[in-house]
Parts: sequence; structure tokens; C-alpha cells
Amino acid sequence: MKLTRRYEFSASHRLDTPALTPDANRDLYGKCNNPFGHGHNYVLEVTLMGSPDESGQVASREALDALVGRRVLSRYDHRNLNADIAELNGVVPTTENIAVAIERALNEDWPLSARLDRVRIAETERNIFELEAKR
Amino acid sequence: MLLTRKAEFSASHVCARADWSEERNRSVYGANANPNGHGHNYILEVTLAGEPDPITGMVFDLRELKEILNDEVIEPFDHRNLNREVPPFDKIVPTTENVALEIWRRLNPRLSRGGVKLANVRLYETSDLYVDFGGEA
Repeated sequence: MKLTRRYEFSASHRLDTPALTPDANRDLYGKCNNPFGHGHNYVLEVTLMGSPDESGQVASREALDALVGRRVLSRYDHRNLNADIAELNGVVPTTENIAVAIERALNEDWPLSARLDRVRIAETERNIFELEAKR
Repeated sequence: MLLTRKAEFSASHVCARADWSEERNRSVYGANANPNGHGHNYILEVTLAGEPDPITGMVFDLRELKEILNDEVIEPFDHRNLNREVPPFDKIVPTTENVALEIWRRLNPRLSRGGVKLANVRLYETSDLYVDFGGEA
């Protein structure tokens, strides 16, 4: 059985890679390459897989919220993803790369008995990325 | 091919085990353990797997699917107190997980037949919390 919890965080970023020229960056990333940056209200879904315990829950909502709060939301919300997030240093903060970073931040030293199944991040309602958790 | 039908019901519940102290229930279930209960607008998504019938072009008759969802879930659950009025939640805590499992138990015998299988029950308790059950052991 899977349990999914939905969270939100708001952050700014700019897509730009030092591997390409300024012109090539502009061509590739378009508006997302704006040197002054821009922001999104990201929607993060965290899915766990497991069986209900004696309380009838796959996981304690409180424990999951505290974990996601500590490892992701408190660090990502109202931040600049290019400047403020250590694991995104030197990484283009596309939502793909954000999903990889969040999966790693959550899954490393995972403390709950239900396992992490996947993370899903919507940058906008139209752009959604889903990553199966490493086992 | 997968076919998903959506339905809604509104119900009240309390999440607390009778064999646990009030403190323990509160520490495990938080506000969900408030003794006088609270309610949700649940959203149910039922997904069937099958192939379109060569004559009708349908995986499952949607009118019949709607009737089965009404009989088994909406009629007995909607505007009810789950703990008091919907067995087995007089004995089992109506967490979202347990409500989804019970919905599966009620629907599976009527929906899995011929080439069609009940593939998934997704139950939203709120827009921020949902469970999926696909019949796994």
C-alpha cells in the first residue's frame, strides 16, 4: 500500500550552465535564463510504500511531515535554489535536478519503517517530474 | 487499458484505538483522535484494468460501475459517522489506509470478473493526503 503526502515550497532559480555560451544558454533555457532569476510554487509529493502498522497507518503523518520539513521544506522554501542549497551548488536547478537532490536528501539515512517509493515535483501545473526512489 | 472512475463521499470519523490510552491515541493520531470526531470530503478513484469489448468498445459499463460504487461505497459511507455506522470501523480505526482497504474488499468481488480486474483504489482524505491500494498482500 502507498501513502502520499503533498507539500509546497516557493523558491527562485535561474537556469544557466557554464558549459554553454551566454547565447546558447539563452537559446536553450529561454525565459528561465533571465539573469535576475524567477520563481515557482513547487508542489512536492512524497510517496511511501509499506503495510499499515498497529495504528492502521503506513507511516505517522507527524513523523513524515517532520522529516520532509527538516530535510526539504525548511531548506528549500523561500530560498534561491542556485545560491542557498548546498547540494545544488554547481548544478543547474532544473526540476529534474531538484527531484534528484530531494530524493537523495530524503532517502539517505531513511528513518521510517515504510520505505520511500517516489518523489513527484510539479514546477507549475503543467510541468511535472516523477522519480522512483533508489532501493 | 486502464479506466478510472471518480466518486466522492463526506463522512466523519475518530482515529483512536479503544485499547490505547487517550494520551497514546493523541500522540499517534494527533487531532484525528479528538473524541467528538471531525469530517472529510473523501475523493475515491477506482481504476479497472481490461480491454475494450470488441462490440461495445468499453472496458466496463460505466453506468454499472457507477451503480456498484454507489451501492458498495457512496450509499453506505456518505454523510455517515464511519466509527458508528459503517462496519468494520466500530472495531477498526478508520485511517485513510483502513478505509481504502475496506473499499477494496467491498468492490473487488463485484468489479474483478471476466477479463477485468480492479487495479487500484486511490482514496484522498484531503488534497494533501492519499493512499493507493492495488491488492498487494
